[in-house]
Amino acid sequence: MKMRKPKRRLFSLTLRQQNTLAGYLFSLPFILGFLFVFLYPTILSAVFSFNELVITKTGYELKYVGLENYRHVFRVHPTFIRDLTETTINMLSQAFWILVFSFFAAIILNQNFRGRLIARAILFLPIVMASGIILKIEARDYMTGILEYGMESVSAFLVTPALSVYLSKFQLPDALITNILAAIESLPNIIRSSGIQILVLLAGLQAIPRSLYEASEVEGATGWENFWLITLPMVSPLILTNIVYTIVDYFTSTSNLIVSNIRAAAFGTLGYGIGSAMSWVYFGVIGGILVITFVIFSRLVFYHE
Amino acid sequence: MGVMEHRLHWKRSLFRYGWSLARAVILIGVCYIVIFPVLSKLASSFMSRSDLWDTTVVWIPRHPTLRNYELAWNYMNYPTAFWNSVKLAVLVSALQLASSTLVGYGIARFHFKGAKVLFTLAIITLVVPPELFIIPLYLNFRYFDFLGLLPVQLNFINTVWPAVITAATCTGPRNGLFIYIMRQYFKGMPRDLEEAASVDGAGAFRTFSKIMLPAAVPAMVTVFLFAFVWQWNDYYMTQMFYSSATTLPMMLDKLPNSVLGMRWEASLPETSLLNNTGSLLLIAPLVILYVFLQRFFVESVQRTGITGQ
Repeated sequence: MKMRKPKRRLFSLTLRQQNTLAGYLFSLPFILGFLFVFLYPTILSAVFSFNELVITKTGYELKYVGLENYRHVFRVHPTFIRDLTETTINMLSQAFWILVFSFFAAIILNQNFRGRLIARAILFLPIVMASGIILKIEARDYMTGILEYGMESVSAFLVTPALSVYLSKFQLPDALITNILAAIESLPNIIRSSGIQILVLLAGLQAIPRSLYEASEVEGATGWENFWLITLPMVSPLILTNIVYTIVDYFTSTSNLIVSNIRAAAFGTLGYGIGSAMSWVYFGVIGGILVITFVIFSRLVFYHE
Repeated sequence: MGVMEHRLHWKRSLFRYGWSLARAVILIGVCYIVIFPVLSKLASSFMSRSDLWDTTVVWIPRHPTLRNYELAWNYMNYPTAFWNSVKLAVLVSALQLASSTLVGYGIARFHFKGAKVLFTLAIITLVVPPELFIIPLYLNFRYFDFLGLLPVQLNFINTVWPAVITAATCTGPRNGLFIYIMRQYFKGMPRDLEEAASVDGAGAFRTFSKIMLPAAVPAMVTVFLFAFVWQWNDYYMTQMFYSSATTLPMMLDKLPNSVLGMRWEASLPETSLLNNTGSLLLIAPLVILYVFLQRFFVESVQRTGITGQ
């Protein structure tokens, strides 16, 4: 017996095709934006990086210079490579401490205690405040500088030496000790840039089904075992999210050394071409770091279900 | 036996109290660090010039004055700038909300080949530093002819159009995050909802507007609040495409210069007083908003399923 084909309606689209069409229609704003506001300028910037750009009355003209702009970035520019290395190293150390701190803070904020709401409200305050113009102004402000310096020097004079003596007793590698001390000195900065990360982890902790803990309690597991066998695996995808977010946030922050380098080049005497070349080198580094972290950490991540 | 049990109990409650105490100390310390910049701004905003040179003044000014507020209020043109900021932030965040809700829904609930690709692309836009494309984008807005389709070149610089276009097409700063939040939220909604609607004969758009949208309000509030706050504080994009705008961040940036004229660079302490006062005036509306909405803000994020996947 032959199967009869079902009748088709609506311009004879199958259900599957209708689904695809609707999906693309809903996504249309982003498709347009991605193509014209993101991809097109990005390709143009790649083109610029091989050219010299001259502004004329009716627009701009390009003069092909080959790899000259890149050669300038690597060989001629006095500080770019050094700044790039410095930014990358700072990013790695700060990202590590932000992850540790946000994890710790999220676990504390997830516990039941009096004043929890106030503590949460205060810890998330930097999300509201520390962005845009405030960061820009604080970076160059005189009073903030003095007060922060006062605060840092308290830690530098009192906490740091005592701690370094204490830490040296454990015969840890010197590099690690330096890193820990640097982290303590930049603690205010780390705390203020962890708002979103804490929020994401807190949401994750609250989404862990109670039943898992109840079951483990029946089995007689300790809190320590619960942490390693339930909490950590269940939030591990969010730790990956946080790693990526932290890296991106640090690299795209406008107070970043390289970002100001690029801006100075593009709008200064060096020109758009060199500015574009710089931002491509920079993007290459970011992309590389993201790919490496993703490859390493996605193996460690546990997906429930 | 009894003694053992008693000792164990005692040990446990000691541990619990010890932990509560440690937690309180840690939290107070951390909260202090977070609030510290606000407190220092608040303190210095009431200082007069002589307090700056007085070494005994750390927090409480000896000659408190409202002069800083007066100057900042007048030179920032506060009421006008405030209103302009409100208009721009509401416009931009409403557009960002609308576009990222549509896109998030599209890639979460329809099974088509491009959905995964589009989601990945949205994440990529989040990862790419804006410096990479901001200059060509500027040139595109400066000589806007829609890829050569328009007969004349329009100049969109110093108009609201760049902000509108980027917001409506999900390409504003951190817009990928909003798509991500909405997509995760819609992904977590039960399938039955749509099936019931389609059995009742509702089309894709009716299902979206009548059933899915009302259920997505918590995630939408989150997106709107994030978008609003970031636009309210935004300096980078505004200065790039709309430098003539008189929003609060733009006025704040110019404040020392407009009060002190050319000598602002020579009088750093005074600049600092003005900056601190101006910053407070900028964030005051946000903090008030936050105090009223913070519960909603925090809880809505928890319910949005940023957690999924």
